[in-house]
Amino acid sequence: MTTFEAILFTVVMASTPLLIAAIGELVAERAGVLNLGVEGMMAMGAVSAFVGAFLFQSTWIGIGFGMLAGGLMAALFAVAVLGFAANQVGAGLALTILGLGLSGVIGAPFVGERLPTTPRLEIPYLSDLPILGSALFSQDIFVYLSLLLVAGVAWFLMGTRAGLRLRSVGENHGSAHSLGLPVLKVRFMAVVFGGLCAGLAGAYLSLVYTRFWAPNMTAGRGWIAVALVVFAAWRPGWALVGAYIFGTATVLQLHAQAAQFGLPSQFLSAVPYLATIIALVILSARRGSSGVGAPGSLGQPFVPDR
Amino acid sequence: MLDVGDLSDRAVRTALPPLVALRSLSKRYGDLLANDAIDLEITPGEIRALLGENGAGKSTLVKILYGVIEPSAGDIYWEGHRIRIDSPVDARNLGIGMVFQHFSLFDELTVAENVAVALRHMSFEAVRRGLKAVSEGYGLGLDPDHLVRTLSAGERQRIEIVRCLLQNPKLIVLDEPTSVLTPQESERLFQTLEQLADEGKAILYISHKLEEVRRLCRTATILRGGRVVATLDPREKSAGEIAALMVGAEVGDVRREAREVASARVLEVQSLSMPALSSHERALVEVDVGVAAGEIVGIAGVAGNGQGELFAAISGERLSDSPGSVVIAGVPVGLRGIDERRKLGAAFVPEERLGHAAVPGHGLGDNTVLSHHAMGGLVRTGFIAFDRARDLAKRVIGDFDVRTPGPDAQASKLSGGNLQKFVVGREILRNPKVLVVDQPTWGVDAGAAQVIRKALIDLADGGAGVLIVSQDLDELFAIADRIAVIHEGRIGRIRPTAEWTREAIGLEMMGVAADDAH
Repeated sequence: MTTFEAILFTVVMASTPLLIAAIGELVAERAGVLNLGVEGMMAMGAVSAFVGAFLFQSTWIGIGFGMLAGGLMAALFAVAVLGFAANQVGAGLALTILGLGLSGVIGAPFVGERLPTTPRLEIPYLSDLPILGSALFSQDIFVYLSLLLVAGVAWFLMGTRAGLRLRSVGENHGSAHSLGLPVLKVRFMAVVFGGLCAGLAGAYLSLVYTRFWAPNMTAGRGWIAVALVVFAAWRPGWALVGAYIFGTATVLQLHAQAAQFGLPSQFLSAVPYLATIIALVILSARRGSSGVGAPGSLGQPFVPDR
Repeated sequence: MLDVGDLSDRAVRTALPPLVALRSLSKRYGDLLANDAIDLEITPGEIRALLGENGAGKSTLVKILYGVIEPSAGDIYWEGHRIRIDSPVDARNLGIGMVFQHFSLFDELTVAENVAVALRHMSFEAVRRGLKAVSEGYGLGLDPDHLVRTLSAGERQRIEIVRCLLQNPKLIVLDEPTSVLTPQESERLFQTLEQLADEGKAILYISHKLEEVRRLCRTATILRGGRVVATLDPREKSAGEIAALMVGAEVGDVRREAREVASARVLEVQSLSMPALSSHERALVEVDVGVAAGEIVGIAGVAGNGQGELFAAISGERLSDSPGSVVIAGVPVGLRGIDERRKLGAAFVPEERLGHAAVPGHGLGDNTVLSHHAMGGLVRTGFIAFDRARDLAKRVIGDFDVRTPGPDAQASKLSGGNLQKFVVGREILRNPKVLVVDQPTWGVDAGAAQVIRKALIDLADGGAGVLIVSQDLDELFAIADRIAVIHEGRIGRIRPTAEWTREAIGLEMMGVAADDAH
């Protein structure tokens, strides 16, 4: 494997968790719920997946634990913001703080433990292709899953009746309600889907990316995922693009640090975040005139007047 | 079996069993009886009007019928059987179709998607085919692939109607359908409705506009305070008699006598141009309007032709690029903010009562501070004088007959008519030299509308200039001295009201210049 191939390989690895978490958040936001708790759900997913995989010595059980933890956190959030119409921003921030803290408590006995390597899914012949071969076709199961997820969510949102109903609920919950769509039920399912994805993304971090667990190991990736949804203009395809741009920036700055450009390492570490902010600014400036924006009811609590 | 031809015969029609019958239907919200033992029957082929002021219980009744809210007591019979309607899905399955007052559409979805989302048993392809067929059958002219955001109010309403028709309803309920339509668009709607009634569909037509009810309906049920007060043939009663039934008292027609226009201009808008800030807005192009002391000038137009932008430019919510484009009391204020314009004696009432003119969650006392803070002594050394604000709110409540528990009531708890009286009254008590009002009586009941129009006339009689932006032509004809039409951000010639006809205004609102019409 050449250096270039290795870089490509790690770019895919760095991008995958962002993509999975962003797709989940995208679905929740399309249904009109802004969940700022992605970071917390990811942290809980990461620690639960590690504990599951370590205790049962099974990656699959780890994945299951991670998704379950993310889903439960999301359900808790949903009860607050849907059942009790709590402020979504406040509840989301609380969820992040809760997730980061609770994951530290749960994971304390497991700090310093390591997992065996996750089996890779080599695709015969294709993985032998030069340059892109190893990056694209000898990755772990998560990578393929994340790409399937993008295609699946895109198809679901734009091609199915259930997806149309979900978009309607996010676009204008008053109209959706008066047409008889079950607004809160649709939102609950969308939020829990977002939680399952965040849990899966967290599981990827602890099971594949690092193979150990450490407090605060999500390192702001949940926030990047939230920003990516805006970057993507709530479209799954653009979330893919955004996740890979950010993933690339993350990996390149590591290599830049290794190559000793003479820039302070702190500055280089900040580059990916800076890139995100710049991308967001450029995109929103350009989008201002075209009218493609957030779902109409995003962040607004819905209380049926029955 | 009756054939369709028989349905047009009134004697046979009344002999038909009712399609839907409400018996002693009541809905209670806390202490308020929104619907009080309502009895109502509608037969197939009938266009039934449901008339009443805002707050009379029309919308509550409709929501019960459509399964959106639950009745507290009473029964609903459908084709002779007692039924429960637990959700809009139940209502649709029975054959009840609904065209909403505030469109239940989704801006960022296409026409076809908007229709499909309500029809769970039809495939996308079937929806597209059905949409085309219905659109052609009734001459509605809808393209399935257009984004709703890009459509006019009339087109949006036609989507609602198509959506409703594709469910093959037996009863169609329309809630205030003409509130955003031009006279021509309304007439087209009436023709569609008559065609539907001839096909044997029952139509429940909810409105507070007497003229269109007389045009369309042979039977009208009048609601007041949640009760049915009369069921009558609207063509056999005078408008005054019906209005009296609606408000419970004889309503004097508020009308202004023609008068000489003074020469001193208190408000002058001169070659005002402004670019649109987004694709949802209109650019203003070379707008000229002058208002003299003591006169009422009306701006007519279909919603979305630049009224909001004009209001923002005159009030100072948006600054223009030259000082002279807006002149208040002789002072060029194009570059000055809203407070400086208020200090010169101007007052402004925006279209949106809740959220723009008043803070929904604040009490009425606090809401008076919103427009009085720069003057009038409500703010002392940087602190709000809450006692004075409450006193002022009490005065507004007393002078303008605002029905509310008191100055501490939240703005959001007031009915539309009462809140509108409050926000108009709040500005009038400042004794402005110029008052600019956007849609002063939109969605307001007849009683409150009279109070507001009377107040505007009194203000003008006292020497102030009043500029009214309104879609209600009856209103402009009744109280304006001069009228101009706004269309696509341009304002046509201002002419004395007596020189206008409804037809001429309607055409100019559609963008046909008056000279072309002859």
